[in-house]
Amino acid sequence: MSRIVVLLGPQGPHPDIAEVLAEHGIKGRVALVRAGYQERETDDAAMIASLGVPAVNLQLHRRGVDVFRDDPTFTAGYQARQQRLRHMQSFYRVRLDKIEDAARTVSVRYVDPQLLEQEDKVSVDQFRHLDADHIERCDALRTAFEEQWKVAERPLIAKYRAEVKQLMEDSDALVISGGHIASLVNRLALFDVFGVATDKPIFAWSAGAMVLTERIVLFHDFPPYGSDIAQVLDEGFGLAPGIVVLPDPRRKLNLEARIGIQRFARRMAPLTCVAMDHGDRIVFTRGEITRADATRLDKSGDIEPNWSGAPVRYSTASMKWARGEHP
Amino acid sequence: MIGKAIKELEASARSREAVDAWFAARTFPIVDGNFITFVWRGEAEAVHLKHWVFGLPSSQSLARVDKTDVWHLTLQLPAASRVEYKLEIVRNGHGEWSQDPLNPNRARDPFGGNSVAHGTGYEIPTWIQPDPGAAKGHRDEIWIDSKTFGRRGFGLYVPSRFQRNRQYPLLVVHDGHDYLRYAALGSVLDNMIDRLELADAIVVFTSSPDRLREYADDERHAKFLVEELVPYIERLFPLDAQPQGRCLMGASFGAVATLSTAQRYPGFFGRLLLQSGSFAFTDIGDRNHRGPLFDPVVAFMNRFRADPKPVSERVFVSCGMYESLIYENRSLVPLLLSTGMDVRYVEARDGHNWENWRDRLREGLSWLMPGPFLHVYE
Repeated sequence: MSRIVVLLGPQGPHPDIAEVLAEHGIKGRVALVRAGYQERETDDAAMIASLGVPAVNLQLHRRGVDVFRDDPTFTAGYQARQQRLRHMQSFYRVRLDKIEDAARTVSVRYVDPQLLEQEDKVSVDQFRHLDADHIERCDALRTAFEEQWKVAERPLIAKYRAEVKQLMEDSDALVISGGHIASLVNRLALFDVFGVATDKPIFAWSAGAMVLTERIVLFHDFPPYGSDIAQVLDEGFGLAPGIVVLPDPRRKLNLEARIGIQRFARRMAPLTCVAMDHGDRIVFTRGEITRADATRLDKSGDIEPNWSGAPVRYSTASMKWARGEHP
Repeated sequence: MIGKAIKELEASARSREAVDAWFAARTFPIVDGNFITFVWRGEAEAVHLKHWVFGLPSSQSLARVDKTDVWHLTLQLPAASRVEYKLEIVRNGHGEWSQDPLNPNRARDPFGGNSVAHGTGYEIPTWIQPDPGAAKGHRDEIWIDSKTFGRRGFGLYVPSRFQRNRQYPLLVVHDGHDYLRYAALGSVLDNMIDRLELADAIVVFTSSPDRLREYADDERHAKFLVEELVPYIERLFPLDAQPQGRCLMGASFGAVATLSTAQRYPGFFGRLLLQSGSFAFTDIGDRNHRGPLFDPVVAFMNRFRADPKPVSERVFVSCGMYESLIYENRSLVPLLLSTGMDVRYVEARDGHNWENWRDRLREGLSWLMPGPFLHVYE
């Protein structure tokens, strides 16, 4: 993997993407993915202006709409898969709550503190098992879908993949904006964007950054219904390995909740949890972090505001887990 | 109990000028920490505070500050409380109820309106105010020729981003027109949908000409909703016609109608919002102290309590701590939980009124029918 992948925080009203593209020597046309904006995908004038270079919008959302309109048999199968994934997400979410409840109940027992510490590890392991199982089941469903429907051979999808490939070949880089994470993942996969982007540099922010990691985690510490628990949505495309990206921490993360941070960081280990605010940046070169300026969530419950990308030490058990050697 | 401000008035010269200055320096009622002082000024034989806080005497006398025309009453008011009240002014042996002329905070309801006292820390939610930046849904009134009830009108809300090629969840609101008038439901829907907190939804506002009868476990009502109204809306709009895509809600007797409909058609509405439900029951005998209107409710609740079933998937229950129904609602929650349904229960320091129900809408609706806010990272 020789490509450069640059993850950014939310762009907000003062985007820094132009500066970042310039720093990496991108002067020519870039391919832009705005599928996360769904129906607003083509309202792209302001965003393209903010890039400082010419851009072509790959219009993955619109292409998806075309496919779903013109290929009703495939659409029915696709919608059934999505429905099943939604149900699975909902059941997984219910189980997370129950583990959380059990963890709290156990944690307030008046027993030997050492035993409570062991029990806390059990609780974290239960989260990890559930997360891993959820990812595995989602992956199995997607794989079965691909095999059943031979997505690449559907005529309109094949045509659009070829068009996207051509647009990518004529572009100097791929830029992926934020937006609706599920829409973004699905459209990027449907049109195999990373398969055709070969080793082009990739610049992405917010949801765009999340999809490039190994694991996509939905989170919000201040939901309108009071409280919620972070949930794994799915695997990402793995082009920015080793981290979990948490964009927009000012609005969505309670960085003062030490116990919550501690448990979340342990739950995700050996992946490093990184909060990315506006102006933050993580650069991957050949799959390794070569530069970072973001906030790391530590297993101690502390945060490291100026994390430079230095590797974090993990136990042998965590590393085994990362290699898929969990029971 | 005499409030600090009243003690200051008593310590003053009590001249007209001194009293005028005392009034000019304050807003009313006077909230000081966990205490509230109601004040009225004028000539009367007696002044009473009338309120509906369960557990306190519903009528309490204001005392007169000697040598003035100032009347006062200080009570405990826990933080974040919201209390609706009126003042009764007695002249010539005749009492007249009125809103508190010194208090600009008013709440409207189908019976008129009340003055509202806000305890320390209570804030009117910002998300109920019309937001000029939020896209407005389209509202309409349409009619259905019902085999059950004849011709019936109902309100309709279509979200601003509506597109024919998408599927939408459906929210059916008992007493929907009152929710629009007294609980700001129109603004709440616009704001929550615009902020991605609530799914883009088709909303139906029903109103019954005979709600106390039709909502009290009347099988005709459930049949009308499930077999006529919802299918009719499903023919008009592209709806996600599954339990997860259907939410039924109501307050007071409307909450009874909601639970009763779910009980008669288990699994049809996958989401229920029950606000201050009139869930009267008995542990022995079949007559509740609330009177004959509640008889069918008591019979229904006693049956439900004897054999609770999972009639929906997700149920949000809210009730005010100052309502007489708090006991019934608190009693219901463990029963709902025992069925395996996903249940959230929220209490507020408020009474049986529309603004209490308004203030809980965001929490309830966003949990039952969440918008994409958890999926959007821009």
